[in-house]
Order: sequence, then structure tokens, then C-alpha cells
Amino acid sequence: MTGGDFPLWAACLVVALALAGAGFALTGSLGLIRLRTFYERTHAPSLSATLGATLILLSSMLLLSLVEGRPVLRDALIGLFITVTTPVTLILLSRAAAHRDRHEKRPGAPPKT
Amino acid sequence: MSRLLPHPILSAALAATWLLLNAPPSPGSLVLAVAAGLTIPAVMRALRPAPVRLRRPWALLRLAGLVLADMVRSNLDVARIILSPDQAGRRTGFVSIPLELRDPFGLTLLAIMLTVTPGTLWVQYDSDTGRLLLHVLDDTGDDGWVRRVKERYERPLLEIFA
Amino acid sequence: MSAALILDWGLGLAQAMLTLAMALAGWRMIRGPRAQDRILGLDTLYVNGMLAIVVHGMRTGSELYFEAAFIIGILGFTASVALAKFLMQGEVIQ
Repeated sequence: MTGGDFPLWAACLVVALALAGAGFALTGSLGLIRLRTFYERTHAPSLSATLGATLILLSSMLLLSLVEGRPVLRDALIGLFITVTTPVTLILLSRAAAHRDRHEKRPGAPPKT
Repeated sequence: MSRLLPHPILSAALAATWLLLNAPPSPGSLVLAVAAGLTIPAVMRALRPAPVRLRRPWALLRLAGLVLADMVRSNLDVARIILSPDQAGRRTGFVSIPLELRDPFGLTLLAIMLTVTPGTLWVQYDSDTGRLLLHVLDDTGDDGWVRRVKERYERPLLEIFA
Repeated sequence: MSAALILDWGLGLAQAMLTLAMALAGWRMIRGPRAQDRILGLDTLYVNGMLAIVVHGMRTGSELYFEAAFIIGILGFTASVALAKFLMQGEVIQ
């Protein structure tokens, strides 16, 4: 853990960013439970993968930069990869679900394009 | 130039990634970053991707800012939808959008942009008809979403990718 | 109230929230009802788990947790993509 000379305002900012990010991630997971159909639920994970991840990674970068006394930007790479890869999963998954629902002629199946 | 650097953007991104992971930069890691940027894109030669042609890089930057702002706004909207007690009164649905964009890179960017903004989900794209099937969490029932996607995202992408 | 105390408690609370988020995603993964719901739960589970590792790395100040989170962030999606592709065609590689 960091030494005692860590400024109070910085600690508050780091914690506020991390809590806001965790709050968005939790809301996204809650959406996974609360929303009613599969296609609605597919919107929920992007909440934790976009703003949730961004805020937590910003908080981590801020903390590390202050502790080490130089800008530490490597956490941004995690954010970049998560932002680019999550849509791949979601798009493939919704396409697979649309294919299955149409094939089985379910009531909530998406219309033909 | 093109023989040495077949994919300049990829090379620059690889070198920057290497430097970010090995911060603070030392002369040794600088050399290795340049080596990674020069050698790894040769792997892409076997895949033979079409070269990316950017016509207006600054428009791309402006679009990135726009998407970032929309991402924050739609995150807040979707969080409000999830936390609202009234789940039955909301209309969700599929929207079919005719796209003029045909460039594969442009379509990829559009897919990522629409999916990272919660509230819109790219379900299917038919390359024969050029129609995109989008699922929206907050369906207005009119052509509001069609206009929004076409004017806000597709038009700048059409300008950027020749 | 010292800065170290605020950091420790605040980040601990963030970790607890992320763990709860993982539990909710795990619930969706176990309950289904259909295979696509389970994959969606798995996808959310790994993203939240990665974020929990990042926060744990912030609390302990260890470099190792960044490496773990980085690898999960890069490669985590492959499992969900393979499963989604399996749902679509019944095979992963054609």
C-alpha cells in the first residue's frame, strides 16, 4: 500500500472513480437479471465493458501515476482491447440467437432484414 | 516505403503498444519497439488484408469524440432504464436501416460504434441488400433511430472511407 | 481519516460491488434459460472479474495483477466467440 504522504484529495478522486465504475458494472449485471428478453439483456454487458471499465481503469492510472510520480498509461490498453473485443462477442451472439429463434419460429424472433 | 511498411498504421500502433507496456521508455525498449513495428506486420502478408484508405483523418478524430460523448450519454440512459421500476411500460424492438456504406472497414467501425453505445445493438447485416437489423432498447416507434444512425454515424464514415 | 484508510476502504467497497456483479452474471449463466443467455452471463462474468483484478492490483500495489488483467482483457473474448459460433453452426472451425 502507498505511504502516508499520499494527498487526501487524490485518494478521494481515485476512490470516487473506482466506485462509479464499479457502480456501472454492477448496474450492467443487474440488467442481466432484470431485463425480460434475451435481446434486451444483450445491451447490459456493454455497460460494464464501456463506462464501467473506463472509469476503473482511469482510477487505476491516476493512482499508479501519483504513486510512481510519472504518467502510467498502460491500463489504457486494457480499455482499448475490451472496447474492441466486446462488440465482437455481442454481435456474434445476437446473430446466433437470431438464427436460432428464426429457425425454431419463436414468438420474439427478429424479422428478416 | 510501402515495401518496408506495408501497414504503417499497424506498425505505429504496435510500436506504441510496446512502449506503453515497457514504460518508462529506455533506449533498449525504443529499439525493440521499432523492431516490433517493422517485423510483426510482415505476418499480415499471409492474410492479405485490403489496405485501409483514410481520406480525412481529422474527421475520424472528431467522430471518435462524438462516439465517446454518445457512449457516456447512452450509458446513463441504459442505467436509468435498468434501475427504473417500470419494466413493462417500455417499448423495445428491431429497426431495419438501409445503409449506403459498403467499405468493410467503415462497416466494422459502425458495428463497434453502435454496439459500444448501450441501447443499440447490431444484430445482422445483409451485404446483398445493404440492410442492417438493429435492436434498440428504447424504441420510439418512428424513423428516429434510422435518421440518427444515418446522419450521425454513417455520413461521417462515408466521408472518411473513400 | 488518512488517505491510506480511504483508499483501502473505498477500493474494498468497489471490489465488493464487482464481486456482486460477478455473482449476478454467474446467476444468469447458471439459470439460462437458453444457451445464449448462459454465454452472455459468461461474457459479463469475465469482464467484471477482470475489473475486480484491476482493483485488487490497485489495493495491493503489485504489478502482477496488471499482467493477469491484461491477458484476460485481450484473450477473454475468444471463449465467448467460440461458444457463440458453436451456437450458430454447431461447430467452432469450419
